[in-house]
Amino acid sequence: MKKTLFPVPYYQNLFTKVRVNAPVFPGVPLERERDTAERAGGIHAHVLARFGNAQIGPIYLGFLGVASLIFFVIGFTSIGWNMLVQVNYSPIEFVKQLFWLSVDPPSAKYGLQLPPLNEGGWWLFAGFFITVSILLWWARVYRRARALGLGTHVAWAFAAAIWLFLVLGLFRPVLMGSWSEAVPFGIFSHLDWTTAFSLRYGNLFYNPFHMLSIVFLYGSVLLFAMHAGTILAVSRYGGDREIEQIYDRGTASERAALFWRWTMGFNASMESVHRWAWWFAVLTCITGGIGILLTGTVVDNWYLWAVKHGVAPAYPEIWGPIIDPAVAK
Amino acid sequence: MAQTRFALIAAAGVLASTLLVGCERLPMDTQQVGYRGTGMEQVTNPRIVAANAPRHVAPPVLDPADASGPRASQAYQNVKVLGHLSVGEFTRTMIAITNWVSPEQGCVYCHNPANFADDSMQTKIVSRRMVQMTQEINSTWKNHVVDTGVTCYTCHRGKNVPEYKWFADPPAPSAGRMLGNDFGQNKAGKKSVGNASLPYDPFTPYFLGKDEIRFTATTALPVNAQVPLKQAEVTHALMIHMSEGLGVGCVNCHNTRAFAEWSQSPPARVQSWYGIRMVREVNNVFMVPLTPGQPKERLGRTGDIAKVNCTTCHQGVNKPLNGAKMLTAHPELAKPAGAPVRTSALSELPLSLIKPAN
Repeated sequence: MKKTLFPVPYYQNLFTKVRVNAPVFPGVPLERERDTAERAGGIHAHVLARFGNAQIGPIYLGFLGVASLIFFVIGFTSIGWNMLVQVNYSPIEFVKQLFWLSVDPPSAKYGLQLPPLNEGGWWLFAGFFITVSILLWWARVYRRARALGLGTHVAWAFAAAIWLFLVLGLFRPVLMGSWSEAVPFGIFSHLDWTTAFSLRYGNLFYNPFHMLSIVFLYGSVLLFAMHAGTILAVSRYGGDREIEQIYDRGTASERAALFWRWTMGFNASMESVHRWAWWFAVLTCITGGIGILLTGTVVDNWYLWAVKHGVAPAYPEIWGPIIDPAVAK
Repeated sequence: MAQTRFALIAAAGVLASTLLVGCERLPMDTQQVGYRGTGMEQVTNPRIVAANAPRHVAPPVLDPADASGPRASQAYQNVKVLGHLSVGEFTRTMIAITNWVSPEQGCVYCHNPANFADDSMQTKIVSRRMVQMTQEINSTWKNHVVDTGVTCYTCHRGKNVPEYKWFADPPAPSAGRMLGNDFGQNKAGKKSVGNASLPYDPFTPYFLGKDEIRFTATTALPVNAQVPLKQAEVTHALMIHMSEGLGVGCVNCHNTRAFAEWSQSPPARVQSWYGIRMVREVNNVFMVPLTPGQPKERLGRTGDIAKVNCTTCHQGVNKPLNGAKMLTAHPELAKPAGAPVRTSALSELPLSLIKPAN
C-alpha cells in the first residue's frame, strides 16, 4: 500500500496494479422471472479491467433490440452501398474517400414528395430505417431501465438527443415543406450542411437558442470536469462510492463540499451535482433543437433579427460606404 | 510499471507529432484588415509566401520602340488589331508576345514562316482574339483590373496554354445507376474546391452561366420567397475557389459576422464582384467561340475548350504578379484601337443555351 498522509487505502481504477477478479455476479432477483433469467452469463476480460469493469455481458437484446438492429443494419448498409457505388465499387477509394462520401437529401424541386431513389430517395429510405431503429432503441432503453427497477433518466436524456435529431431530419424539413433542407448522411457533408445552414440563415451565432445550447454544452463540459475532478480527488476517502455518500455523508463528501465552499463559496451536494449535469446535458439538445426549428420557419436571417432587436453591435465604417454593385448599377 | 508508462507516453508523443506533420509550422503573419476586435485578420505563412515569390515576378521590360514612321498596317498585310502601331512598336509587341507565350517555338508557333500574313494557323487566329480580349479587359473591366491591367504574361507565364484553367467534368460514373448519386459533390482531391467536399464544379454555373450567387435572406423574418438551403453549398464552392485562387481568407472580401452585408464588407468584395462578371464574359465571348478548330488534345473530356477562372490570372496571390504594372510598358494592350469589340449580349444568355454539350 502506498504511503500517504492519511492511512486510507489508495485506490485508482486506471493504472492500478490491483484488479478485482471474482465470479460473475448475477445481481439481485428481479420482479419478473424472465428478467431474472436474463442476468445469467457474462465473461471476464482482464484488459477491460484497465478501463472499467472486467465483466462483459450478459447483453439483453429482446424483441426491441433485435428489431432496432435490423432497422439499423438496413439503413446503415443502404448508405454504405450508395457510397460504394459513388466510388465505382473500389474498396481502396472507399477507404480513401470515406470522409467525403455522402448520401444527400433530394433537391428542393421535390419538396416533400417521394423522389426517385437515386435523386434523394435513398436519403429518405436510410433516414426512415435509422429513425425507426433509434426510436426502437429508445423504447428498449426505457424498458430495460424499468425491468431493473431504475428511474428512466437515461431514456429521457436520450430522448433529448432524439428530439434534436428529429428536428434536423424530420420536423424542420416538414415545416419548411422540403426534404432538401435536411442534413445529409456523411462525415464532411454534414459539416458542410452546418456551414451552409449558418450562412443561409444569416449566422447562427445570433440565434439566442443556439447561444443557450452553447452555454449548456460548455457548461456540461465544465460540470463534467468539476465533478469528475472532485470525485477522483476524494476517492482516497471512499468518495467514488457516491451513492453511499448521498445517504451517509462521510469525510469524502465533507472535504469535497468544503473545497468548493472555500474556492467559490458554494457547493453542490452529492446528489444535486448529478441533476445539474443531467439538465445541462439534456438542455443542450432541447435548446439546440428549438433554435434549429425556428430557423427558416420563423426567422430567415438571424443577424438581421439581432440587429432589429439590438443584439448585434454596430461598428464604425472604416472603408467608407461600400455599395452593392448590383444595386449601384 | 514505470517503464511501461514511459513507453506509453513516448508512443503517444510520437503519434501526436505524426498527426501534426501535415500542419504548417508557426508563426504565421497576421494582418488586421478590419475594425479592432472583430476578428478581421488576414493570416499568411511567410515561409510559403517567400518560397512562392519567384513564381510571381514580372519578366524584364523590352526597350521602348520608335513610335514614328509608317504604320504596321501599311508596312504589313493582314494586320487587323494592332495596325495603328508603328512598325517598331508592332515588332516590339510581337517579340513580347513571343517571350510571354511561345518562348521555345518562337514566331512560328503562330506564323506560317513562308508568309507571316497567312491566317491558316489556328494559333494565330486564337492569339489575335486573345489580344482583343486583353484590350477589352483592360479598357472595360477597370473595376476589376484597375490601372494595373493584364498582359498575355499574367496568365501564360511563358507557356503556350496557361497552367490554370478549367474544363467541364464528365458525368459521374454513378449517373444512370439505381444508386450512388453524388450530386456533383462529396469527392476527395478536387482542386477546384480545395479538396473540400463541396460541389466540385462551381465554374459552369457562375463562370459560364449566370446562376444567382446570393442565397442569404435579406430580411429578418421569412417574408420573401426562400432560397433553397442547398444553393448555399454551390456558392460556398465558388468562394472556396476564389479563396484558393487568390491565397486569401474569407475576410479579404467579407465581414464574417454578416457575410452578405455589403455595407460591412471590405472594398475588395466590389472588385471581386466585377471579377466574376469579367471571367464570365471572357469565357462566353472569347473562349467558348474559339472551340471549333481547337486540336483535340487541347480540349477537355467533354470536348469543351479550356476556360478561365480566378486562378488563371491570380495563381495563388491576391494581386497577379504581386501587382506588377506590366501594362504601363505596353499601352497598345490597354485599349482597342477602334470601337470596343465587346459583345456582352452573349453573357446574358441563360446557362442552358451556352452549356457545352456532353
